[in-house]
Amino acid sequence: MKSLNRKLWRDLWGMRGQALAIAIVITSGVATFVMSLSTLDSLRTTRSTFYKDYRFAEVFVSLKRAPESLRLRIGEIRGVDRVATRVVAAVNLDIEDFPDPVTGQMVSIPDEGEALLNRLYLRRGRIAEPGRDNEVVVNEAFAEAHDFVLGDELGAIINGRRKTLTIVGIALSPEYIYQISPGAIFPDFERYGILWMRRTPLGAAYDMEGAFNNVVLTLSADANMNDVINRLDRLLDFYGGLGAYGRKDQISHRYLSEEFRQLGQMATIFPVIFLGVAAFLLNIVVSRLISTQRDQVAILKAFGYSNLDIGIHYLKLVLLVVLIGVSSGVAAGAWLGKGLSEMYMEFYRFPFLHYALRPGVVVAATLVSTAVAVTATLYSVRKAALLPPAQAMRPEPPVSYRETLIERIGLKRVFSQPTRMIARHIERRPIKALLSVIGIAFSCAIMMVGSFFSDAVDHMVYVQFGLSQREDVSVTFVEPTSKSALYELESLRGVEYGEAFRSVPVRLRFQHRSYRSAICGVETGGDLHRLLNAELRPIDLPPAGIVLTDHLAKILGVQPGDLLTMEVLEGSRPVREVHVAALVSQYIGVSAYMELAALNRLMREGSAISGVHLATDARYKSEIYAALKEMPRIAGIVARKDAITNFRETMAKQVLIFTFINTLLAASIAFGVVYNSARIALSERSRELASLRVLGFTCGEISYILLGELAVFTLAAVPLGFLIGRGLCAYIILELQTDLFRIPLILEPSTYAFAAVVVLVSASVSGLIVRRRLYYLDLVAVLKTRE
Amino acid sequence: MPEDKSRTSNQALKYNEAVFCVKGLTKVYDMGEIKVHALRGIDLHLFQGELVVLLGASGSGKSTLLNILGGLDTATEGCVVYKDCDLTRANDSTLTQYRRYHVGFVFQFYNLIPSLTARENVAVVTEIVPEPMSPEDALNIVGMGDRLNHFPAQLSGGEQQRVAIARAIAKNPAVLLCDEPTGSLDSTTGIVVLEALESVNRKLGTTTVLITHNAGIADMADRVIHLNDGLIAKVHINEHKKSPQELHW
Repeated sequence: MKSLNRKLWRDLWGMRGQALAIAIVITSGVATFVMSLSTLDSLRTTRSTFYKDYRFAEVFVSLKRAPESLRLRIGEIRGVDRVATRVVAAVNLDIEDFPDPVTGQMVSIPDEGEALLNRLYLRRGRIAEPGRDNEVVVNEAFAEAHDFVLGDELGAIINGRRKTLTIVGIALSPEYIYQISPGAIFPDFERYGILWMRRTPLGAAYDMEGAFNNVVLTLSADANMNDVINRLDRLLDFYGGLGAYGRKDQISHRYLSEEFRQLGQMATIFPVIFLGVAAFLLNIVVSRLISTQRDQVAILKAFGYSNLDIGIHYLKLVLLVVLIGVSSGVAAGAWLGKGLSEMYMEFYRFPFLHYALRPGVVVAATLVSTAVAVTATLYSVRKAALLPPAQAMRPEPPVSYRETLIERIGLKRVFSQPTRMIARHIERRPIKALLSVIGIAFSCAIMMVGSFFSDAVDHMVYVQFGLSQREDVSVTFVEPTSKSALYELESLRGVEYGEAFRSVPVRLRFQHRSYRSAICGVETGGDLHRLLNAELRPIDLPPAGIVLTDHLAKILGVQPGDLLTMEVLEGSRPVREVHVAALVSQYIGVSAYMELAALNRLMREGSAISGVHLATDARYKSEIYAALKEMPRIAGIVARKDAITNFRETMAKQVLIFTFINTLLAASIAFGVVYNSARIALSERSRELASLRVLGFTCGEISYILLGELAVFTLAAVPLGFLIGRGLCAYIILELQTDLFRIPLILEPSTYAFAAVVVLVSASVSGLIVRRRLYYLDLVAVLKTRE
Repeated sequence: MPEDKSRTSNQALKYNEAVFCVKGLTKVYDMGEIKVHALRGIDLHLFQGELVVLLGASGSGKSTLLNILGGLDTATEGCVVYKDCDLTRANDSTLTQYRRYHVGFVFQFYNLIPSLTARENVAVVTEIVPEPMSPEDALNIVGMGDRLNHFPAQLSGGEQQRVAIARAIAKNPAVLLCDEPTGSLDSTTGIVVLEALESVNRKLGTTTVLITHNAGIADMADRVIHLNDGLIAKVHINEHKKSPQELHW
């Protein structure tokens, strides 16, 4: 079969443009698949390695204060393996040349040696010397955000006293991979830091000598976690325990899991769509390619080549193209995956990256592409080989064209002969025309899938920060305070208006379902923090009952009118029952709301508030910040602009880069599809067009006949692509719903326009390339040979 | 099918051994609204080593007959027996074997594979049969030994057709079926091609069936079968057959 192999190479070389376009489509599909899955695998492997090597705890609990001797009793709980007691406290920080409020968390490490659990990965420097009360290790993200080097100093207000701390080490911890301040939605490395100090000096600063307020522990292999948590809660109840929880509720782990889940969804949906589209196109292209070689199939059959021989011959041709596509797709995917993993790693703060490209991923990508190619090829070869060779070799009989509907209804004179040819050609093979249109429509659709995220993010920002959370600054107090704190803040220069809020950590239960969240008590008629209904209009809180985010209602399976059990996780930890009054729609977070006074009544407390939302005059910003920093009762300050910036940065880094790469790949698929459609049309009709040239048609006229068809297909495909694209986007956001946020189905005209422009530009460029070929049609060959 | 590549150049046996027995052969093309009767019941014997010309106007059914003889098309009714094998009842793989080992085709439009050189076009066939000629030998027989590495596009029509003949004879076929081999050629080139066919028939004893609508060519045949409207109108035996050089049209 040496000669046939030579034919194969020369055929491949002859159709190199087209083969390349097909290979690009496969490359893009495979690259998306490999990139997404290898990134996800790498992050998962890296996280589990980090957890294991640095002994990430399995159960966590905060409490008010307990004597160190209690540690032994905790260790005696059945199922507990290792126990570490700690002092953890909120701290306000003061950084030179950085006027914004910065808060942090101080975490104790044992006086001697390393932490038993949640150990530190020291990037630079050392752990504080035992007994030194001015030495701290800071987390890497915070250090980088402020360009801290070893030996730098920062001011801290610890328990109301101002202290200067020296940075002696920069570290990472499995506990703070996703580092986020309590109450924030997204990380802010500049305004929130983690500081580790030796246990004795930290204990002394917070009146915790010989005592602790935080416990972490690991479980033995046969332990029942819920059982351990229940026993721990009972034991710590007396010491003001705030409710133990497992890893799944640990903030960093939970966010990370959500992100991984989301990435996992994307890593499945995008490649499935891309590979699916690539497969569909591959099928069309291969079938049409083989049908243009139908006479060669017939000759080979006439010589005595069996259908199998011929099938294998074309399989080799197609598999070569697939091989090029898959290998460059795997290479590109691995390269992109590594880059993306590194980017995520920086964002999530892992100390190292285990880039993992599982052979299974490569095998799966290869198998899918190959299977599609093989099926398409064998089907087409079978179709070509089914005809008796005598019939196949004969020029196809003149196909039975007829006047199109438009002509039959009497509009014949309106259209020129070439236009009528286009119309008749399309009408004669409606299925083929439809497949071409669907192919181009899909390329338009995946362009939309790639780029709709930024529209959605813009809309989320607008709703969250333009309509709902309209405050400039939010201030949280160390512990619930009387409402007089509001008036104190309102009296600051530059503060225009304030609204108090109460935030109560709770576990909400309904039947067998439960969810840890916080109830936010909001003042009625507030102008800053507003709740919105499905039409995005502000609504008033009912005077009694609880209002849930629709997503939370779904998690708990409740309807308005149902009776929820609410276990308060602070103070005396009362358990109350409350009616679900209404649902609100929110894109971000999973919160529950009550009218402030109603919440106070339910908690059987006076007019207690947890914090204040403020509207401020931007001119007095630093003055206000400076004043707030001096207030010892303030635990956290969040500025709205920063929140927006953070939100955008977070989304940009995670989603937009991912989708940007996908957009590029989608664009290359779009081009591949359109180019192939044009190229195949040319090879199918070159004889006919050359004959027309012989009859005296100009190049322009025959270009019009060929490209007119492409234009009709493209124009028909774009609106269809919009529909398919919208459907795909709707499906994706449904799959991407998380507790953190729900992406709305918002498609701006610019997204539609962008997708359409890419398709139209691809069509124009393909048209130009094909048109150039029309100039070189071999007219003599047509005269010499049959038909 | 047993592989039977034995043949004889013994002229005495020539008309005794029937290679093809055709009985009641009918072919109807179903064109949807109309049915085209290409063959209306043909009875025919073709003998070992003879050169037969099928003569008829366009649409007389000669190509259909040739295609069925070559296993390229199927019959509607009747039977075609090649030696001991009933081609009309053969399945696809038997027909493939038959074409591979027994038949050489020459088509009016050459049907060379454009991406292969003259030598490679012949090699495509020689590679799948046992004991073929070398492509070079086959091309030498048709006088194309000096154009081995030319692509079809670099050859004239007559040269392309000679390559096609070389490709057909290179497997040492028992039968050579030629569909208007000179149909696209001028008479001078056509004669060169016919010479090639005649010399193969004479030297190798290959049973050769040649279709033409050109009565001038009939003079080189052992037998001329006239087809008209799907039926055999007349058969005549050339007592004194001419060599191709003596033909003109």
